[in-house]
Amino acid sequence: MRVRFWGTRGSIPVALTSADIRDKLALALVAASGRTFASYEEAHAFAHAELDPSITHTFGGHTPCVELEVPGDEYYVCDMGSGARPFGVHVLARQARRSAVVNVFMSHVHWDHIMGFPFFGPAYVPGTKIRIHGCHDVLEEAFRLQQREPCFPVDFSQLGADVEFVKLEPGRSHRVGALTVTPHLQLHSGDSFGYRFEHGGKSVIYSTDSEHKLENRQEAESFARFFQDADLVIFDAMYALADAISVKADWGHSSNIVGVELCQMARARHLMLFHHEPANNDATLEGLLREARRFEELTRGEQPLRVSSAYDGLEVDL
Amino acid sequence: MNVTSRRYGAAAVLRVSGRLDQDTCEAFRGDLMKEVEAAARMGGGVVLDLAGLEYVSSAGLRCFMLASRQAKQHQMKIYVAALQPMVREIFEISHFNLIFQVFPTVREALATISPDAAAAFDKG
Repeated sequence: MRVRFWGTRGSIPVALTSADIRDKLALALVAASGRTFASYEEAHAFAHAELDPSITHTFGGHTPCVELEVPGDEYYVCDMGSGARPFGVHVLARQARRSAVVNVFMSHVHWDHIMGFPFFGPAYVPGTKIRIHGCHDVLEEAFRLQQREPCFPVDFSQLGADVEFVKLEPGRSHRVGALTVTPHLQLHSGDSFGYRFEHGGKSVIYSTDSEHKLENRQEAESFARFFQDADLVIFDAMYALADAISVKADWGHSSNIVGVELCQMARARHLMLFHHEPANNDATLEGLLREARRFEELTRGEQPLRVSSAYDGLEVDL
Repeated sequence: MNVTSRRYGAAAVLRVSGRLDQDTCEAFRGDLMKEVEAAARMGGGVVLDLAGLEYVSSAGLRCFMLASRQAKQHQMKIYVAALQPMVREIFEISHFNLIFQVFPTVREALATISPDAAAAFDKG
């Protein structure tokens, strides 16, 4: 199974500014410290091997959209944030005019998780089959609402694709195409749902927009069971812990530290920090990743936990 | 987990020891809140002496946060002192050092509250 991140930012898309790019270039030049490079390849190798990741890449700015690629003809994707636009380009290019079947799994219908759908190219192509799965009663209503005048010029009813809405029951395993999918209720305004995906002996958790009340042991144990032995846990780590439980308490999000703790309880193998705060720049996100890794080292039990931070374009093979 | 308190002039020092995690935080929170209320009745500030704290999890840090909120309602402030290296690092990693004023020693924290509190501490 391959997990491909098309959108990793929370709340609202962000983009690097020209000032950000100048900063990165200046930092790279300082790091090069007068060295010269005979070719583009040599300079590229230096950047790849020696520069800090906060200089050489960006976490990107699309809102949530995460593809799970497994052998077969169908597509599987979590959420339709603004990352759905490049995902749609990918689907159309790969299909080369053949009809696509796309299975969507919706954590919830807040705007940052549906805003990419009106720009999802395959939705306009007759013959495309789109199945939108979720646990909310308002799922279809939300998708139709955002494409209603005066908010968007193309009404949902004008889409060329055959779009079906499929209600899933939380806490129960469902077979969807090649995947076994189990939704799990999460704490968020209007509820959200995490998903456990299983295929070929591998398991991926998609758990975003989920706040954890730390004093509630039952809740923690419930999530530890949901994450149990997962190969990858994609986790809402929007804030540092101090923010998550003080000024941003009850905002429906979690922290890098709680992600480490829950994954350790669950004996999960790989934690992916996700749903990045739009106010955080690349250096801040690198800092949150470093802190999560250090916390994992300090609290490590028998099994180490790999900790990464998601960025647009990242691919993880399981 | 264990919490004991001692008064130094206008300040209360709460000595916290043991491991503070999900298993121990509920009882600890009750003890801590009682101590903060008692300190509020006496007036002055509160210093958490964490020299005996071996480990603190996110659930334990939340207890400190709740105590800080409660103290603020009484126009009091909570200071943190004498952290073991691992606990100090967890404070930094979780950004709690940006919320609490952290001091290397209890005496330095008391001196911030009042010279009388520091003098009382010196007398033992």
